Amino acid sequence: MTDKTTDAGPRRLWFNAGLPALGVVLALALWWLVTIAFGIEPFWLPAPSDVVEAFLRLPGHLTEQAGMTLMTTAVGFAIGSIAGAAVAVLFAASSTIERMTMPLIAAINAVPKAALAPLLIVWIGLNTQAKIVMVVLLCFFPVLVSTMAGLTSVPNDLRELSHSLSASWWQTFVKVRITWALPQIFVGLKVASSLAIIGAVIAELTNPDRGLGAVIVSSSQSADTPLAFAALTLLALMGAALFYLVVAMERILVPWTRAISS
Amino acid sequence: MIKIAGLSRTFQGKSGTVDALHNIDLDVGNGEFLAVIGRSGCGKSTLLRIVAGLIPPSRGEVLVAGDPVTRPRRDVAMVFQRPALLPWRSVRENVMLPVEIFRWPRAKHRDHAQRLLEMTGLEGFADRLPHELSGGMQQRVSLCRALIQRPKVLLMDEPFSALDALTREELAVELQRIHIQLGTTVIFVTHSIQEAVLLADRVAVLSARPGRVRELVDIDIPRPRSFGHNAHLEEVAAASAELHQLLLGEHLPETPAAT
Repeated sequence: MTDKTTDAGPRRLWFNAGLPALGVVLALALWWLVTIAFGIEPFWLPAPSDVVEAFLRLPGHLTEQAGMTLMTTAVGFAIGSIAGAAVAVLFAASSTIERMTMPLIAAINAVPKAALAPLLIVWIGLNTQAKIVMVVLLCFFPVLVSTMAGLTSVPNDLRELSHSLSASWWQTFVKVRITWALPQIFVGLKVASSLAIIGAVIAELTNPDRGLGAVIVSSSQSADTPLAFAALTLLALMGAALFYLVVAMERILVPWTRAISS
Repeated sequence: MIKIAGLSRTFQGKSGTVDALHNIDLDVGNGEFLAVIGRSGCGKSTLLRIVAGLIPPSRGEVLVAGDPVTRPRRDVAMVFQRPALLPWRSVRENVMLPVEIFRWPRAKHRDHAQRLLEMTGLEGFADRLPHELSGGMQQRVSLCRALIQRPKVLLMDEPFSALDALTREELAVELQRIHIQLGTTVIFVTHSIQEAVLLADRVAVLSARPGRVRELVDIDIPRPRSFGHNAHLEEVAAASAELHQLLLGEHLPETPAAT
């Protein structure tokens, strides 16, 4: 803990919430100023006011498309994370399976997932499932790797403790390893939360029938840059919200992490 | 209570076989407090782990209460150098861990846990998390966790070595009180002569590479003993001097032994 966090109320609030807010406001002001000072056309770079205007032009449409993207993102993130964690548990249980499949999974991960988007359409079709699969592919690996790292990072003294109590593999797993791994799992979940949005957008750009990705495609075709920016802003807000949701879950589930790591 | 016969243990190192322990014979009586002392790398922790059933011996055997040790037993509890507490469990839940793992009925052991916490001065901290406690208190929790097994034998592997000097003395005095109260058989591995003289009925001095029992020293000082002013200062000094002599050998001037 630094000295700054021990300061009393208002100063801490200013430090934790005030300064970040000020940063955002200043950046927006600078953006606005640049568009006015250099007389930049909204076609090239819309001012913040143009973006808000574009959103207010089609609020229902944008919210609906955002909802679709959010659904794809959330479902894919949930499936990918659960699958990643489950496979990590399987690997922890059986080194045979790990040895056999780990190189394969690493190789699959090395394939740029964006390049698979057209193939997913061939395999699965022009539907939401194909989009969800893209998100799953992106979320799976970081959660797998971080869960494995967490499960294998149990310190020696705790291993020896459970050995000396003759704890079964399952008891050790449930009472020690999985909880010990939680902080690491959350590292993977945070990475996956950002990748999930990317996956959804890649899928929507490839098959632009719905979602904010489709809005970006159609608005750039009609040279409606402010509308594209409105979609981008919604994507950014969605990504940030998902990320902080994971952070909030972490604080609730593993309150002891910050205490022992500081 | 414990019989160690012809015990040897070798490890396969990169540069060939290492003789960690060589032909150890030791008998520990019921309720006896045996300190095992030696310099780093003399195999004293290995000896303890074999008695605990955590690693098998290469030759020889260990009997606890007449049965050969092949795996960890529930009536043999271990206290490690570090507290090894689960950081997400409260003090009480950490103490109850063995009860859960042994699938003993929780209700029957809750009071026992509470009594142990009272005995070690932790009654006000039962619902705290480990990181809210000092190092000394954490080690007390780990002692309670060992004692909840109602062990016949308590194995302690340099339990106070990670603590500051004052806390070590405090805990050693407390351990003596607990040992007098419970009468558990204890093997206590340490490299502190002071702790050995304070706590032990007998001290096994181990020599290094290969680890052998160099000498068994009886400490015949009436209990309770203390670090500070003491009616038996002379005996304490003599026992300490003898252990010094055995451990450090020629590095010290000749001191008359007392036993």
